[in-house]
Amino acid sequence: MLSAILYAIPFLGAGLAVTLLVSLLTVSLSLVIGGLMGVALVYGPAPLRWVIRGFSDVVRGIPILVLIFFVYYGLPVAGLNLQPFSAAVLALTVFKCAQVIENVRGAIGSIPRGQMDAGKAIGLTFPARLVYVIAPQAVRRFLPPWINGVTDAVKGSALVSLLGVTDLMHSIQQVIGRTYEALPLYVLGAVFYFVINYTLSMLSRRLELRYSYIRD
Amino acid sequence: METSSSIPKPAPLLQIAGVKKQYGSVPVLRGVDLNVRRGQVVTILGPSGSGKTTLLRCVNFLEVYDGGSVQIDGQEVGYRDVVQKKFRSERDLARIRAETGMVFQMFNLFPHLTAAENVMLGLTKVRGKSKGEARDLASHWLGRVGLGDKLDRLPSQLSGGQQQRVGIARAVAMGPKILLLDEITSALDPELVGEVLDVVLDLADEGMTMLVVTHEIAFAREVSSEIVFMADGVIDTQGPPEDLFEGARGSERFRAFLSRFETHHRRR
Repeated sequence: MLSAILYAIPFLGAGLAVTLLVSLLTVSLSLVIGGLMGVALVYGPAPLRWVIRGFSDVVRGIPILVLIFFVYYGLPVAGLNLQPFSAAVLALTVFKCAQVIENVRGAIGSIPRGQMDAGKAIGLTFPARLVYVIAPQAVRRFLPPWINGVTDAVKGSALVSLLGVTDLMHSIQQVIGRTYEALPLYVLGAVFYFVINYTLSMLSRRLELRYSYIRD
Repeated sequence: METSSSIPKPAPLLQIAGVKKQYGSVPVLRGVDLNVRRGQVVTILGPSGSGKTTLLRCVNFLEVYDGGSVQIDGQEVGYRDVVQKKFRSERDLARIRAETGMVFQMFNLFPHLTAAENVMLGLTKVRGKSKGEARDLASHWLGRVGLGDKLDRLPSQLSGGQQQRVGIARAVAMGPKILLLDEITSALDPELVGEVLDVVLDLADEGMTMLVVTHEIAFAREVSSEIVFMADGVIDTQGPPEDLFEGARGSERFRAFLSRFETHHRRR
């Protein structure tokens, strides 16, 4: 058993790197794109708001696995052929975008209206109000739920193994195929995922504490 | 030689003419005319729902008025073209808003900024002052409202009365032509009301032009050069406080409004 684990470590290490890469790409792309869409959902013109609202509702109503298969097997029908890795990242990013949109909307929505009024009253333009008044308060509200959502992205990334991407999950299965040591390897894999996500949770908890005094 | 009567009166600093506003099908302002001259303190009284806060918020275009005109120093506030209802650009509107200062019922301090930074934000980002200059001004005005030792406190570390005095400093430091006070003591514990109103009385003594909405009748009587009583979206009674309070003038409705306050006080 120990030898199986020692044998597995380099493979799992490579898989872990892919899992982290998929997660990192998903999280950063969705942060930028979802962030902008979230701001547009709150302050944008009505037609744009409807489109984003529809996008978010639809995506959040679909299981992430369906989304992944849709991108990989469905989009080629529409002429878009993606490699498993790109398809996986795209599907996870779309999924995570919807979450970020809702995180942003919630964060901005919980800022009292009077803050905008006060910014207007001292003569700040809309962009200045966004940067100096809304954003600093929104970020404090946004971070804890967002980091909790990042753990979803890490966990969800295990589904990319179904497209044959050799991530942590897939490399576990490969090693099991060779060694037949299912239990210790799944436990080992679980420990890897747990360590990543527990670290993120702790970070989120610390941020929450750090910003708790600022809540009005 | 000109006789005194032919000397043209200076145009009022704030001219509100025929202002109308509806929320859906509910009229809130039904044609309000009101002028405020430089150095005047005009106080708006009235029952809740009479439109007084809405009127105040039209002056810096926090509320969009549907009809009529609001001018500060001869400039229409929210519209580039008031007849065709063309709004000003965001930049233009911000520039005009910077000429008015507003203090809010709920203070609306920026909770992520210290007292000094609350005052400095408009000075640096709107007035283009350096951090150093802005800090000096903030320190001056916070000192004036009795908070010289609280510059680096966050709003959450201040009492309601202190927060509201920061709110006043933030508005006044911008050097506004007119100060709008929207029920600034309504959210305060009774024992904290005095410290805030004292600051306002000081400002009035120095000639600050103010448009005030308040429920503090005694304060209104003391500070105002003109009292305006609103009811159902129009001005019902208007006059100097001497006439309205000592002279017992004004509409029946206004007298009834005042008597409610008096009986209330007697009961206490």
